Amino acid sequence: MSDSAIDLSVFNNLKEMVGEDFIGELIDTFLDEAPQLIASMQKALPKNDVETFRRSAHSLKSNSASFGAHALSDQAKALEMLGRAGQLSQVGDKLETLSAEYKKVEEVLKRLRHDFE
Amino acid sequence: MTSNKMHGPGRLLVVEDNKVNRILLLRGLEQQGHVVTAVENGKQALKLLHSQPFDIVLLDIEMPEMNGFQVLETCLQDTHLREIPIIMTSAMDELDSVVKCIEMGAEDYLTKPLNTVLLRARVNASLEKKRLRDQQRKLFDTVATSEVAEELISKGFSLGGKHVDASVMFTDIRSFTSIAESQDPSETMELLNTYFTLMFEPIKDHGGIVNQIVGDEIMAIFGAPIPRVDHREQAVFAAIEMLELLKGFNQEQALRNRVQIQIGVGIASGRVIAGYTGTQQRAIFTCIGDTVNVASRIQDHTKIIGQPLLISENTQQSLPTALHTELLDSIVFKGKSQPVSVYSVKTEPAD
Repeated sequence: MSDSAIDLSVFNNLKEMVGEDFIGELIDTFLDEAPQLIASMQKALPKNDVETFRRSAHSLKSNSASFGAHALSDQAKALEMLGRAGQLSQVGDKLETLSAEYKKVEEVLKRLRHDFE
Repeated sequence: MTSNKMHGPGRLLVVEDNKVNRILLLRGLEQQGHVVTAVENGKQALKLLHSQPFDIVLLDIEMPEMNGFQVLETCLQDTHLREIPIIMTSAMDELDSVVKCIEMGAEDYLTKPLNTVLLRARVNASLEKKRLRDQQRKLFDTVATSEVAEELISKGFSLGGKHVDASVMFTDIRSFTSIAESQDPSETMELLNTYFTLMFEPIKDHGGIVNQIVGDEIMAIFGAPIPRVDHREQAVFAAIEMLELLKGFNQEQALRNRVQIQIGVGIASGRVIAGYTGTQQRAIFTCIGDTVNVASRIQDHTKIIGQPLLISENTQQSLPTALHTELLDSIVFKGKSQPVSVYSVKTEPAD
């Protein structure tokens, strides 16, 4: 398990911004939303639903950046770009790589979440 | 909880389809002491904006259905909503869209992920602007009809002047200096403020604007900055109502054993140069020219002949017949070569 999935300085800023009372709520929302966004991209891919794919990638990029999940955010951004360019054929295994990265992020966030129970 | 002493809480509306960002902004801005409402799309935002007052809108650009551009455009086209500063929130890689929004008229922008310090600074700067706008609006509403206020706010200030046909009214309290010297200063200020409050109403009601107050003297303009053909009779009706209101005021003063006041009103109509005078930072709308001088001189003349309301020939000419006027003298005012015909107006309503 590596903390590098989450940049703690970004995370701590976020915690300060929303307040300790609400960081738990925000983590829960992220952990609830992210799998849905990934699932929506997985579904959109075979249908070549470029717009849904792009929009979900865009949201995931934005959310992971807020938590300091830089790698996840960068991967989501790359997928958003492919969606924007209408080149879903280029996605290849990028979505699986992203899912694996998300698992790491999820693990770290769950641990961090525990501190705010 | 961080307090917001400098500015006091703002009423903020967050429009954001992404749930994480929405909660983040909601909690983050609450943490900074504001009262925050968050909605997930443009339609909900516009519905709320039409039903509740807000000081700032934080608007996401990328949203399904009605995106940030469309919400921004709708707000900017609405006379009331366009006074609310809109801060665009966007991803760092959407800067092209941000530039477009700023060009359209958005107040400012914030990039996501958000930074606490920037969030505070931008929101407080916009809040400051909104409060100034609110003060300006309140000031306009005090001295002008909402029509005039709309005109001033929508067209903005240009300092250039133009010739317009208007009526100018001067109103002065007789022997105010001796009244002021005979009583406590705070009583005098209270008297003046009650008097102004009373006099402004009929001026506003008849489409005039109070242009300036010097001591106890009020200068009001009818027919500018928004032209209206009936400015002569509107000015005269306003004066008659002012005298009526003053009568009631004096009755109350007498009951409370307080000083009573008498006023003189002079009105002249014709061509004036209207415009904003001052600097870009501090300007007032005013009229200058011969008509203004004549109105002021006629007002002086009310004292000399003991009449409450005198008007110029030009004002008298288009009055409805129901208003009874009487030609007094042709007076040669100081500094003028041509005599001016002056009319008195019967101020008592006919029984």
